[in-house]
Amino acid sequence: MRVSTPVSAASIETAPARPAEAVAPAPTTSLGAGLLTVYRAQLSRVRVSRVPLLFVAVFQSVGIMILMRGVVDTGSDSAREAVVAGSSVLVVAFVALNLLAQHFGNLRAANALDYYLTLPVRPAAVVLGMAAAYASFTLPGTVATAVIGALMFQLPLANLWVLLLVVPLSGAALAGIGAVFGLLAPRPELATLLGQLGMSAALLLGVLPEDRMPELIVVARDLLPSSYGVDAFIASYGDPDWAAVGGNLAVCAAVGVVMLSLATWSFRRSTRS
Amino acid sequence: MYKLPGTDERSVTIPGEPTAADPCFTVRKLTRTYRTGRRRDRHVVTANDAIDLDVRRGEIFGLLGPNGAGKSTLVRQLTGLLRPDTGTIDLLGHDLVRRPETAARLVAYLGQESGALDELTVALAIETTARLRALDATRARAERDAVLDELELGAIADRPLKKLSGGQRRLACVATALVGARPVLVLDEPTTGMDPVARRAVWAAVDRRRAEQGATVLLVTHNVIEAETVLDRVAVLDEGRVIACDTPGGLKAMVGDEVRLDLVWRADPPMDDPAVSMLAQTAVRTGRRWSTRMEPGVARELLAGVTSGPAFEALDDFTLSTPSLEDVYLALGGRHQGLVKG
Ligand SMILES: Nc1ncnc2c1ncn2[C@@H]1O[C@H](COP(=O)(O)OP(=O)(O)OP(=O)(O)O)[C@@H](O)[C@H]1O
Ligand SMILES: [Mg+2]
Repeated sequence: MRVSTPVSAASIETAPARPAEAVAPAPTTSLGAGLLTVYRAQLSRVRVSRVPLLFVAVFQSVGIMILMRGVVDTGSDSAREAVVAGSSVLVVAFVALNLLAQHFGNLRAANALDYYLTLPVRPAAVVLGMAAAYASFTLPGTVATAVIGALMFQLPLANLWVLLLVVPLSGAALAGIGAVFGLLAPRPELATLLGQLGMSAALLLGVLPEDRMPELIVVARDLLPSSYGVDAFIASYGDPDWAAVGGNLAVCAAVGVVMLSLATWSFRRSTRS
Repeated sequence: MYKLPGTDERSVTIPGEPTAADPCFTVRKLTRTYRTGRRRDRHVVTANDAIDLDVRRGEIFGLLGPNGAGKSTLVRQLTGLLRPDTGTIDLLGHDLVRRPETAARLVAYLGQESGALDELTVALAIETTARLRALDATRARAERDAVLDELELGAIADRPLKKLSGGQRRLACVATALVGARPVLVLDEPTTGMDPVARRAVWAAVDRRRAEQGATVLLVTHNVIEAETVLDRVAVLDEGRVIACDTPGGLKAMVGDEVRLDLVWRADPPMDDPAVSMLAQTAVRTGRRWSTRMEPGVARELLAGVTSGPAFEALDDFTLSTPSLEDVYLALGGRHQGLVKG
């Protein structure tokens, strides 16, 4: 504490430079609180657009299933399972990959990430909160698609609960990719384009049975993270192969961790360049 | 003295001690360029050119300057958003060039754009910001309600920002900057688009933060009235350089005791009138407005001539005013005329 003896303004000015004590910075927001806050804000943000958006996503997937009914051999279990599982996971790709890439691209272009970067919240909380929000919008749409598909293609509904794992884990992987696209693309149009290409890949490679594909396409399918979500879901049909479900979900989780970490890094990098 | 929430009181409060001489921002030789254009017409814009700036604790400090002067570029470096090419920034004893992320824990920033919050309701935008400033849920809600009251936003609290008028939206954004006390506020054109009532509410709120918490405020503005009413000191920026820095009064003293005579004509003024023909030679014309700076005695004489002769019939309005910061800016050789009056 300084003693308040009367000193003239002049003597303050000319006194030997006393280094003013540094002001202690305020605490940072914890990862959990930051994540929840961002998540809650995002859910409320899309409250209005959620219903039409899910309608579009489901409509698109159901449309594809109707088309595929005329194309694939409906006598084969694997073909029917591939179509339904692929169309269901497509809902996740549409929202978590495509729309999140678009959202991050727009935020960045409008300097809107400044808002988060000037608050004491960790980039990881922002990225995870947004990714979680986008992934969770997709759950009702994915379930609806899976149910409609099961009815159309006479598949069992018993193991549908697997979607409770498939959606968050493939959601993490796909939202991570979406976030990276949105944050690293130099221009927002490019982010949108990349998001759309990613979704198209999930569509083209996801809904066909793997055993009908040429070698090269199978390699491409293996490189696409959404395929593991599709395969996990497929493995739960008929006589479930739980080891395959677990293995595929583990790949989703691993890709999710890598992509979300990369997204967090790009978030930091995105403006302070 | 400013008191940080959640820190040990004894270590940070020094009761009754003036701290105005302590620095808040100390900026030295700050330079920042942007590369623009593609391939052939690629060029470099020097948005900030070796800027030196000292902002003291507890003052309301303004940055005044025309579009493109480099004000936003400067404050985005002072808030850790942009890395300077060269130069140093000290904020309350912290090196911001080395550790830009410290700024988020000391400064509340209001950017020129507001994209991140557009789809939230006003209340949720404020509460979210409070939570992200590490307030717990109860405190965040309490502070949200307090700032909604303070800025009289209660009636629109439940409406999404993007459905509000421009001025209302800006006011809501100011509210997000004010929630959760911070020792420093950096506001980039906070009152753009606001009506006088809202503007006054913002000025009062800013002044309250300074008076009650000893907060330092750095405010970017185009508005000379705002600058003259609320600022303790002003730096005038032009083309990336600080061309003057003083109190508003001190700056005005620089242009001497010249006054400005403004005449607005409703019809073509009679050129055969001696006062009119004299004014016609020097006046800067903007539409139907003539504006001239001159010695007070001369101004009085000319005004008397214009208002007593036939020219009075053609005159719509006239004002004789002491120098404003706009005059200062023009006298300093500012190359643009981008400052807003009123
Ligand atoms: N991201 C950017 N890329 C390229 N040039 C930029 C960028 N941002 C700003 N500039 C340029 O840098 C200069 C300073 O811009 P700045 O935004 O700092 O001005 P300002 O004083 O805030 O203007 P205004 O009053 O219009 O907000 C301008 O010439 C502007 O065109
Ligand atoms: Mg600006």
